[in-house]
Amino acid sequence: MSNRAEMTRRDILKSGAAVATLTLAPGVTLMAFGGSDAKAAAADAGKRWGLLIDANKCDSNCSDCVTACKTENGWGNDGGAHSTPETESAWIRKVTLKDKNTGREVSAPVMCQHCESPPCVDVCPTGASMQRVDGIVLVDKHICIGCRYCMMACPFKARSFVHSDVPEQSVNAPRGKGVVESCTLCVHRVDKGRIPACVEACENAGHSAILFGDLKDPESPISKALKQYPSIALRADLELDPGVRYQNL
Amino acid sequence: MERTIYRTIKATPGIWGMAALLAAFIAAAGLSVLLIEEEGHIITGMNNQIVWGLPHVFAIFLIVAASGVLNVASISSVFNKKAYKPMARFSALLAMTVLLGGLAVLVLDLGRPDRLIIAMTKYNFTSIFAWNMLLYNGFFAIVGFYLTVQMTKGLSHKVHKAAGVAAFTWRLILTTGTGSIFGWLVARPGYDAAIMAPLFIAMSFAFGLALFIVVTLTLFKLDGRIFGDKLMERMGSLLGVFAAAVLYFTIVQHLTAMYAQEHAGIERFILRDGGIYTTLFWLVQVVLGGVVPMALVFLRPSRQSTILASILVIIGGLAQLYVIVVGGQAYPLEIFPGYEVLEGFNEGMVNAYSPSIYELALGLGGVALALLAAGVGAKILRVLPTNLSDANYPD
Repeated sequence: MSNRAEMTRRDILKSGAAVATLTLAPGVTLMAFGGSDAKAAAADAGKRWGLLIDANKCDSNCSDCVTACKTENGWGNDGGAHSTPETESAWIRKVTLKDKNTGREVSAPVMCQHCESPPCVDVCPTGASMQRVDGIVLVDKHICIGCRYCMMACPFKARSFVHSDVPEQSVNAPRGKGVVESCTLCVHRVDKGRIPACVEACENAGHSAILFGDLKDPESPISKALKQYPSIALRADLELDPGVRYQNL
Repeated sequence: MERTIYRTIKATPGIWGMAALLAAFIAAAGLSVLLIEEEGHIITGMNNQIVWGLPHVFAIFLIVAASGVLNVASISSVFNKKAYKPMARFSALLAMTVLLGGLAVLVLDLGRPDRLIIAMTKYNFTSIFAWNMLLYNGFFAIVGFYLTVQMTKGLSHKVHKAAGVAAFTWRLILTTGTGSIFGWLVARPGYDAAIMAPLFIAMSFAFGLALFIVVTLTLFKLDGRIFGDKLMERMGSLLGVFAAAVLYFTIVQHLTAMYAQEHAGIERFILRDGGIYTTLFWLVQVVLGGVVPMALVFLRPSRQSTILASILVIIGGLAQLYVIVVGGQAYPLEIFPGYEVLEGFNEGMVNAYSPSIYELALGLGGVALALLAAGVGAKILRVLPTNLSDANYPD
């Protein structure tokens, strides 16, 4: 399925059921969500969405991108008596690094790298880990069985397993106990022509360290920036061709 | 040589007692699963850094051992060793129940065990996990057929041999698949090695034979049947060879990894600086689970040596899988080569893991399920010979 015109009646009904379920019973069930089928309907094979993160522009004292992602997608408040930072979800995290040779310090956010050849998709037994035609890597929460093999396979620690009930969900991103989740590149915004929440928050904070755009369009700002300045991919040795690139790292 | 007579086990008080004990372990596991289902994995020791924990150690141990348990049958029908023939039926039965126990643990630890039907109906064929599901189901079918062939009167030797060869081939493929779950994980330096497949095959030979010896001997003792000393010694020396094979592949695994600078960190961690993982590796896996059993069966071959060696190989095997599964995850992923991480979320540091009682209960419940199912099988099927006396097998 490559565009909205090809959505079947079943897909539309599923999407409707999704909205209805979330409205009527937030946090109670995920069973009726439209999920990735409906989302994938908006994917365009002619595009490949990506991010370019400039570590020089990223402020080590700022974590607005993380806060914005939490608010947008409703994670980070799972809490509970047994909760620890290690059991909490982390769709995006900030890291501050020091070059071992030069002592130079840099800061940058890390999230799902939306690889062209994603190991999480390769290893998933049911196909719940999936890649849209526009390169966005997602988890289909209908068919994720919670085996966590994708988390074993991800080189970036980008995925989280939901360890307890999720009382406060966001309508933007259905979540559920016992399944795996990660950055969706704010697919719900991208499909409406908007930019991801982290990118917007970084702009609003005055840093503009994260550039979002279509890597396949040579005229897009991200493609031009990549062409003009050196950049790297995390774990480039694995040749996964991530959609997220870093400058000045 | 007398013709082998197979009889079901009698319901002695000892057998009942053992069954009750195993049922208690299974009940404890069931309770743990219900609690984990209700509360979420938050009550376990597993987290987003150590995503596979103690249940996986038990599950993989049982799955690996299952194919090894079948070796006793293979030795008789594929390699024509007559002394192993009377044990072939129980070998096939125990192989199936041990796999059942392992799979039960694996499935019940899923975040959504209620979605097992999805795992059975939606296959992603680039996933070795999905292939393994087919291999497990195939194992039940082929070994079940093999057991049926053995218990059917009047079938020719050729049919026996063909079923035996099929089962043996399948078990080799199955363990290759289990090893490849780790071998094909390119992201983590502790895995990502082709040697995982042959290493797991060697492990299955050793763990499976050890488990077979302990379980069969226990059933024989509870039912008052004779298990000859010479046969025990003979199986002990075979176990010694298998333990040596595990050590050999372990040595090659680590030497190869040490040679590559990119793996120097994980090797230093496992072999020298890893605390509990280093202790488990050297003391439990290598010495108690490898060197000591070999010394026992080769230097002082006896009935007692075989029994002790079998128990030690099982303990060493669990330690080995703990080091592989948990140790491999405890060592941090190298996401930013050349950088020291000043701030981040569990970046560049060893991940802590302390298993909860629920995970232990689930793992032990899987073992208990395997054993209880084998016992029930031996109660209703004629799979155990009336005796394995040395008099049956003159040299």
